[in-house]
Amino acid sequence: MSVEIGPCEKCEEMMQPFLDRVLSEAERAEAERHLEACPYCAKRYRFEESLRQFVRRACSEQMPPELKAKLAALRTPL
Amino acid sequence: MGETERDDARRLAAEARNRVRFEEEALELSDQVYRVARRLVSTREEAEDLVQETYARAFRSWRSFTPGTNLRAWLLRILTNLNIDRGRRRQRAPDEQPLEEGDYFLYNRLESAVRDGGGGADEERVVERLSQDDIVGALSAVPHDFRDVVVLVDIGDFSYQDAASILDIPIGTVMSRLHRGRRILKRELAERATGGT
Repeated sequence: MSVEIGPCEKCEEMMQPFLDRVLSEAERAEAERHLEACPYCAKRYRFEESLRQFVRRACSEQMPPELKAKLAALRTPL
Repeated sequence: MGETERDDARRLAAEARNRVRFEEEALELSDQVYRVARRLVSTREEAEDLVQETYARAFRSWRSFTPGTNLRAWLLRILTNLNIDRGRRRQRAPDEQPLEEGDYFLYNRLESAVRDGGGGADEERVVERLSQDDIVGALSAVPHDFRDVVVLVDIGDFSYQDAASILDIPIGTVMSRLHRGRRILKRELAERATGGT
C-alpha cells in the first residue's frame, strides 16, 4: 500500500464522523486501516482528538454552588 | 375512609413520589446543564438566569416529561427555547466569509508556528499553544446557529439526534452546522494562537 504524504481528501472527509463515532462498522474499519498506513492522517487524527478534549476541558466551567442551592429551592414543597 | 377516597389518596401519594423523583433526577443533571448553558450565552449571569428559569419551568411542567426518555435532552430543549424566547439576537449574516480551509487547516497553521519557534511539532506541543482564553474566546466568536450545535455535541456530549431534537432542526442540518461550526472555531483559534492571518 502506498503511503500518503500530502493532504488526503478521503481521510479528511471521514475524520469528523470517525471522531464522532457515527461511521458504519465497514467505514470505520476502512478508516482505521487508512490511519495505520498513513502517517499524515494519523498525526492529524491525534491532533483533532486532543483538540476536542482540550476544548471540552477549557470550556467546562463549574456551576457556582449558590446556583445549586437556588435550584434546589425551586422544588415543589412537600 | 371509603374506597374512592382511599384510591384518591393512593394516587396522590404516587404522584408526589414521581414528582420528587423527577425533581431529584433533574437536579442531579444541573452541573451538566449549566456547563452547556454557560457556553450558549456570553456571561455567567445570563447562564445562571437561564438555568434557573429552565428549572422553574421544568418543575412546573414535569408531567409532560415521558419517563424513560432522555431527561438531560428534555431540560436542554427547554433551555434553548427559553434562550431564543429571550430575544437572542438573530444573526442576519451567519458568517459570510468563505471557509476554503480544510479540517487540517488549524493543525497546519499551528504546526508551522511551533516549527518557526524552533520546537519539535508533536501533536501535544501543537495543542499547547492554545490557552484557555483563546479557546473560550474563539468559541464565543462562532455565530449562534453554529455554536449551539458545537456546544451541544462537543461540550454537552449529545448525539446528532439529540441535538436535532433539542434545537428542533433536521439531523442533516445538525451535521452541516457542526462541520461548519468546527471549521469556524478552528479559524478563530488559529487567529488567536498565531497572532492573526
